[in-house]
Amino acid sequence: MSDKSRGAYWSANLRIISISLVIWALVSFGFAIILRPLLSGIPVGGTDLGFWFAQQGSILTFIVLIFNYTRYMNKLDHEFGVEE
Amino acid sequence: MDQFVINLIFVGASFALYVGIAIWARAGSTSDFYAAGRGVNPIVNGAATAADWMSAASFISMAGLIAFVGYGNSTFLMGWTGGYVLLAMLLAPYLRKFGRFTVPDFIGDRYYSQTARTLAIISLLVASITYVIGQMTGAGVAFSRFLEVDNTTGLLIAAAVVFAYSVLGGMKGITYTQLAQYCVLIVAYTIPAIFISLQLTGNPLPQLGLFATHTGSGQPLLQTLNEVLVELGFNDYTGNHGSTFNMVLFTLSLMIGTAGLPHVIIRFFTVPKVSDARKSAGWALVFIALLYTVAPAVGAMARLNIITTIFPNGVQETPLAFADKPDWMANWEQTGLLAFEDKNGDGFIQYYNDSNAPAFADELGWAGNEMVTFNRDILVLANPEIAQLPGWVIGLIAAGGLAAALSTAAGLLLAISSAISHDLIKSMLNPSISEKGELMAARISMGFAIALATYLGLNPPGFAAQTVALAFGLAASSLFPAIMMGIFSKKMNSTGAVAGMIVGLGSTVLYIFTYLGWFFIPGTNMLANTPDNWIFGISPLSFGAVGAALNFTAAFVVNKMTGDAPAEIQEMVEGIRVPKGAGGAVAH
Repeated sequence: MSDKSRGAYWSANLRIISISLVIWALVSFGFAIILRPLLSGIPVGGTDLGFWFAQQGSILTFIVLIFNYTRYMNKLDHEFGVEE
Repeated sequence: MDQFVINLIFVGASFALYVGIAIWARAGSTSDFYAAGRGVNPIVNGAATAADWMSAASFISMAGLIAFVGYGNSTFLMGWTGGYVLLAMLLAPYLRKFGRFTVPDFIGDRYYSQTARTLAIISLLVASITYVIGQMTGAGVAFSRFLEVDNTTGLLIAAAVVFAYSVLGGMKGITYTQLAQYCVLIVAYTIPAIFISLQLTGNPLPQLGLFATHTGSGQPLLQTLNEVLVELGFNDYTGNHGSTFNMVLFTLSLMIGTAGLPHVIIRFFTVPKVSDARKSAGWALVFIALLYTVAPAVGAMARLNIITTIFPNGVQETPLAFADKPDWMANWEQTGLLAFEDKNGDGFIQYYNDSNAPAFADELGWAGNEMVTFNRDILVLANPEIAQLPGWVIGLIAAGGLAAALSTAAGLLLAISSAISHDLIKSMLNPSISEKGELMAARISMGFAIALATYLGLNPPGFAAQTVALAFGLAASSLFPAIMMGIFSKKMNSTGAVAGMIVGLGSTVLYIFTYLGWFFIPGTNMLANTPDNWIFGISPLSFGAVGAALNFTAAFVVNKMTGDAPAEIQEMVEGIRVPKGAGGAVAH
């Protein structure tokens, strides 16, 4: 693998990690805690959307993030010919 | 059939299964013993990781933690799951590519430094040993409640079973028993939850039942819960009653700590490929989420159930009479974890917040809260009885609680014993030891670790509950940053990494001991553990994230002053970053 394609592979990896971690922080620290007052107008079963994110939504989002990352990286590994 | 006999059948059958698996999955090499021969299917590894991760605390305590605080303790749900995102993207695939057996292995080789390796061994041992004490005591409690043996006998039985499958099978035996233990614990946890959700809301899925209409009141369950709690002088369930800042910091500390705990990380060394390590982290989180999304429903529903049991006709009407207490209350009173006291001598139970008593309390002649003790740990264990479920569900809960405690204990014991036999003996003291000799050393250190854990479980240091903060703090402030920089910053040199670990470790230990006492000895704390005394209002339990930030900062500053890592190390890091060429197990 050339240095150039190595660099391209790694920066693509860093980009998907950064995007994923922004969403990771947004649903947990954001929607569930800091931004909860902003979401208080959206009712969910006797409480609000922020509470749902704190006890359900953030966990479900984490699962989606990991599988999305896995799928993306498998494709990337294949494109760069570095899969096992 | 007698409840005791039912419990005995369930626990006995599950133990026979674990020992049977152990005999089938004997370890023949160090690769088998440390990493299950690197042949574990990623989905199987996901389930084993979930059992490894979900301890007695997750199974027994978490629903209670949420039930008695509500929204504020959502931190545990997010913190203990969010760490898997970090693991999947920042650590697991690269560590699998590196292809060694332990966490100190990686840190020692990557930073070409025995000092770094030693610091990693110390952090690992302190974090894992403090963590294992809780598992052994948890197993002892479950035994004594369900099998009516005393605590000591219970603990010795638990130790003997763990000894059988972990010494014989190492990681291989542990992996397949953890798979069985996951099945036992998830069935045991969800069956009562489904019944309770059906009873209260008519919805069989607890995750939906939590937000559904309460059939008793005709309005949303959480709204009803909020109303009765406020009426009795408690905080409402869904509101935020703590510091937002500490909530964020505590969640972040739990996330980073989760990702840095060695007994979780080593599970990802067992899968065949790098891509499997990523996939396996996703499956682990799916299996964990099955319990973690049910737990908040169990908490809220159990809290409401307790209140409606005590106030069957509404909180201002005649409460439950002492003479009419259901059996489960009487059973748990015998353990001392639940206690009542008829303060006003009227023969009825009044349960309310007497430090914020409602106006009607005086008028009705209430003289203080009469449910004087309600240990939050009994919530899950008593749940089937509270919901009047059949005896076999109680037997299942007993087997499930033990599965949760034993599976985590085994994972921790493997992390401890491999740190001793592989990192201390093979890598530092006696590099010429043969494969057979190392395998024997691994088995002996496993036996030693079990003996130590049993001793500490029998004589729990008074600080057992607080040590979890230390385990997460150490994992977050020393191990996580060192591993992450080892992969993402190829120029990081050994001096920088060692400085970072010392600063992270030192500041975290210092901060925790300042408020909780030196080595947790009561009275030796230098400052009272109150929010006024905390620096910038940071709770000692939330300090792990700050320790990690200090670790990163110190490492980068020192690295800038001392020059970059040697070229061959940078080349090695480049190699870790791509999956190709991971292959099988690589011994030194």
